[in-house]
Amino acid sequence: MLAVMRRDLLLAMRRKTEVLTALFFFVIVTSLFPLGIGPEPALLRKIAPGVLWVGALLATMLGLQRMFAADHADGTLEQMVLSPTPLGLLVAGKNAAHWLLSGLPLVVLAPLLGMQFDLDAEALGVLILGLLLGTPVLSLVGSIGAALTLGVRGGGVLLSLLVLPLYIPTLIFGAGAVQAHISGQGAGGHLSLLAALLALAVFFAPWATTAALRIALE
Amino acid sequence: MSNGIVNWFKLASPYSFYPVAGKMQPWFWALAVLFGAAGLWISFFVAPTDATQGEGYRIIFVHVPASWMSMFIYLVMATWAGIGLALNTRLSGMMAQALAPTGALMAFLSLWTGAFWGKPMWGTWWVWDARLTSELILFFLYLGFIALQAAIDDPRRADKAGAILALVGVVNVPIIYFSVKWWNTLHQGSSVSLTKAPSMAQTMLWGMLLMALCFWMYSIAMTLKRVRTIILERESHTEWARKLAEVGA
Amino acid sequence: MNWGSPAEFFAMGGYALYVWGSFGVCAVAMLLEPILLGRRRRAILRSLRRHAIADRMDKESS
Repeated sequence: MLAVMRRDLLLAMRRKTEVLTALFFFVIVTSLFPLGIGPEPALLRKIAPGVLWVGALLATMLGLQRMFAADHADGTLEQMVLSPTPLGLLVAGKNAAHWLLSGLPLVVLAPLLGMQFDLDAEALGVLILGLLLGTPVLSLVGSIGAALTLGVRGGGVLLSLLVLPLYIPTLIFGAGAVQAHISGQGAGGHLSLLAALLALAVFFAPWATTAALRIALE
Repeated sequence: MSNGIVNWFKLASPYSFYPVAGKMQPWFWALAVLFGAAGLWISFFVAPTDATQGEGYRIIFVHVPASWMSMFIYLVMATWAGIGLALNTRLSGMMAQALAPTGALMAFLSLWTGAFWGKPMWGTWWVWDARLTSELILFFLYLGFIALQAAIDDPRRADKAGAILALVGVVNVPIIYFSVKWWNTLHQGSSVSLTKAPSMAQTMLWGMLLMALCFWMYSIAMTLKRVRTIILERESHTEWARKLAEVGA
Repeated sequence: MNWGSPAEFFAMGGYALYVWGSFGVCAVAMLLEPILLGRRRRAILRSLRRHAIADRMDKESS
């Protein structure tokens, strides 16, 4: 599993542009909202959690196709399916690499963007924690969609249609955590629910992904 | 007893199911019409006017049945898809494919009638009520399933991929509903519940039940009709399909 | 009976647009769906007929 992870990371480092593009997308999209809505700080503070989370969702989705497409094209994926290592572990490795490349950078960037929306330090902390818990879920669940749409016509857009409804609970709890903190109710409940989602995803998503991969490759 | 088991498995082939579905269809259409007539009668002529919502509440006689069916059909669809995945039977996959469009239609009708109910009651065409929002997400799940199957050319792969999606969806539906409910109660102090129907008079319950049965029979009839068409499309290379009476060659 | 006259029935106590808008769309949908499916069925039957005729001609000529 670590080997797969390392390989994915190495390959991505050689083609940094894809990773960076998704990050710039995150920055641009979140900047669009104040431009579209207006600069009043009070309003921005209100919409910040939602905007930042939606931006994170969309940016993650951009990178999902990358997870399996390249390996599928050059036959490496078939080798992985045939190898003695359980496919679930290999998938977990790929998911981890994807998260390191797209989820973790979002977690790092988010507080900077959050300051654009005038969020205070504690709120930013909740945002970071939420993204830390939520972005792996996005990678795990997204990989199911990526495996299902492997090599399918209109893959990218179809992938979004399939995966966005499944992302909604993560969005609700993640953005909700920040909002709950701001309104004084405390983010604990939301963050625990996010943690629960993460646990569920870690256990069940690789199953679905491996099943989908086998179907895509047969 | 063994005869019974053998017969069921024979039915699992598209070839044997096709005529059976054809014979069952008219019965379900008839039942749909019967329940519909009875349900409409009660909805309009027996159920009394509501004290708070006036005549507008009568929309529940189509809104609630459509919602129930949209959720029920998704469950049935996921079940058939799961069976197809587990037992590798073609007909199960065809059944799932046949159910999806009718389920999506029910979800759409639920949203439409929900909006038409909400406008006079709450003043806006859309209310981010927990149930309506979950229904919207269910509609997206249906569309995703249909889109995925439409995009994959190989029918067997389409069946199996759709099955995984449907099963993942079914697991997610309670999670989504719970999260939306949570989201809704946090953002609206007073629970704006669109489906807080007037305290049910007996007649209102009967009306809803009969209309629900009507929608159910309709869905079964539509699904049987559609699965027959799907069978023909997928088996178009076989002799038995080309030799059918209705082909008339 | 709830209605004094047909006019009252259609007016639905002022909610006519919403009630008939709802029931109407449901009725239209539940009529259109079978009709559209009927068209799809006729299309596949036509295609099968062409295949069957082609098969027969193949057999006759061989």
